[in-house]
Amino acid sequence: MSPRRQKEEFTSYYGRPILKEPTWEALDIAGYIFAGGLAGASSLLAAGAQHSGRPGLERSAKLTALTAISASVVALVHDLGRPDRFLNMLRVAKPTSPMSVGSWILSVYGPLAGATAASNVLGLLPRAGRLAGLGAAVTGTGVATYTAVLIGDTAVPTWHDAHDVLPFVFAGSAAASAGGVAAALSPVAEAGPARRMAVGGAVLETAMSMVMERRDHLSTETLHTGKAGRLLRLSKACTVGGAVGLALGGGKSRAVSALGGLAVAAGSALLRFGVFEAGRASTRDPKYVVVPQRERLGKQAEAQENGGQQPLEKAQPQPQRAGQGEGAGVSAASMV
Amino acid sequence: MSVTQLGMPSVGVPRKGFFTDTSLCIGCKACEVACKEWNDVPADTDLQITGESFDNTSALGANTWRHVAFIEKQVPATDPSAHDGVKWLMSSDVCKHCTHAACLDVCPTGALFRTEHGTVVVQQDICNGCGYCVSACPYGVIDQRKGDGRAFKCTMCYDRLEAGEEPACAKACPTKSIQFGELDELRERADARLVELKERGEENAQLYGRDPDNGVGGDGAFFLLLDEPETYGLPPDPIVTTRDLPAMWKRAAGAAAGLLAGAALAFWGAKK
Repeated sequence: MSPRRQKEEFTSYYGRPILKEPTWEALDIAGYIFAGGLAGASSLLAAGAQHSGRPGLERSAKLTALTAISASVVALVHDLGRPDRFLNMLRVAKPTSPMSVGSWILSVYGPLAGATAASNVLGLLPRAGRLAGLGAAVTGTGVATYTAVLIGDTAVPTWHDAHDVLPFVFAGSAAASAGGVAAALSPVAEAGPARRMAVGGAVLETAMSMVMERRDHLSTETLHTGKAGRLLRLSKACTVGGAVGLALGGGKSRAVSALGGLAVAAGSALLRFGVFEAGRASTRDPKYVVVPQRERLGKQAEAQENGGQQPLEKAQPQPQRAGQGEGAGVSAASMV
Repeated sequence: MSVTQLGMPSVGVPRKGFFTDTSLCIGCKACEVACKEWNDVPADTDLQITGESFDNTSALGANTWRHVAFIEKQVPATDPSAHDGVKWLMSSDVCKHCTHAACLDVCPTGALFRTEHGTVVVQQDICNGCGYCVSACPYGVIDQRKGDGRAFKCTMCYDRLEAGEEPACAKACPTKSIQFGELDELRERADARLVELKERGEENAQLYGRDPDNGVGGDGAFFLLLDEPETYGLPPDPIVTTRDLPAMWKRAAGAAAGLLAGAALAFWGAKK
């Protein structure tokens, strides 16, 4: 932390927040982001499994993807103020709205994930089912990462400040959760790639979230303190512990594989809830809005002066403030 | 360039706006009342007293489209034997109708749109209450109405504008603190007023949201303030979040490609 962080003197209107707190429920939206990541990366595992002769892994990954994406769509609709109007999401296609883009990605991914799972379980149209599986894998990468843009593209200080690293945090986290769940649910002999994905994802998730937490934004404070801080510390403990377990003993014991895999997945879920809560906290305190914006203005003014430009305002000595009786409605009369 | 520019009036109709000159505000709240009455905006809560000067409305929201802020600013006495003074600051806040409007950019249903007057309005029969605009607004203006679920904010009295009338708040303002008109003309008027106040010794007088080069491309509703913006609960230098959206999409595409490559790698060397 730089020394300027010590003071943080700023003005506010009775300490009231400037921004509105997100209207979203943690369980719905943080849960949705987790489930979407789990689903998308599971489809990647499933596609790899279907082409490398791992039927156990294929079955479990496809069912995980379908279950997770179904849950996430339910959460998304549940969070709407008017759930009966959820189809309005597909009324337009707007690249400036990550929620619109996400809705379209979901409407392609969801049916593909459903079709490949159904084909696998029912044994119908195996070739078409495998093709759908490939489609789900490709679109699944979008489902797993667009959510970083979804929350980055807001005025919420913590989320927006993290907008450049968040896609990698979420990609790592998605891989970790899918690998973890598949390692827990699949036969040990087939789950090698799942364990590797879990460990690799956990490493990326941990490294990128440490980058996110240690940058020179005032808002990173919210990632260390309060509820968000606790969630994120717990997340790291689960992710790192689970990944170490998987790497050392996952290939030998089903129990270690299950426990480690679920721990990594839990760490991934806790990360999303932590980031969600940190964003919320950053809207409650006006300092996360005022202080960085003031600093930016100060730097601009400094640069302008160094650029040799004349200050625009005439440096006139001014006596007192606007005089009393200078016309109706001058409200600035001082009452000394 | 933001897509909110699409639909910005370019031919024929000039862009309409508000210029709120807070040096003329007397804190009567006629604007708040007129807005509620005309637009049929429900009461927020039961009567409650905040203890924050005469302000019991506190902030803009789904049910408050004009909000009068009251600040009692301490003015230290120049003479040590005298008492400190108080300077009254009053300001009627409203939706800024940004040129680059984040709420409009992120709205997934197209419920938020740019009118022919250059204002930003929610179509209430389309809004599905996703709440994205609420988190996107850098001013904390738009909000979701409890019990209804949809997002609401100032429409600059779209219906009155259609009938050639000025918005209810401007009509009701007894001191012309709220001025409605063509944005270009209002900007000229504001520039002249600023010069006048500076000459009178109002050193802190400043225009807020007037500059078309600011982080939101200039506000359709801008202000003359007598103190720093944050004193009134306004962000000092807001930037539309979608300015960084192209960079975000690129990053996300990179992350998605990385995920695909990582998954391939996980299978590549795996033993069976």
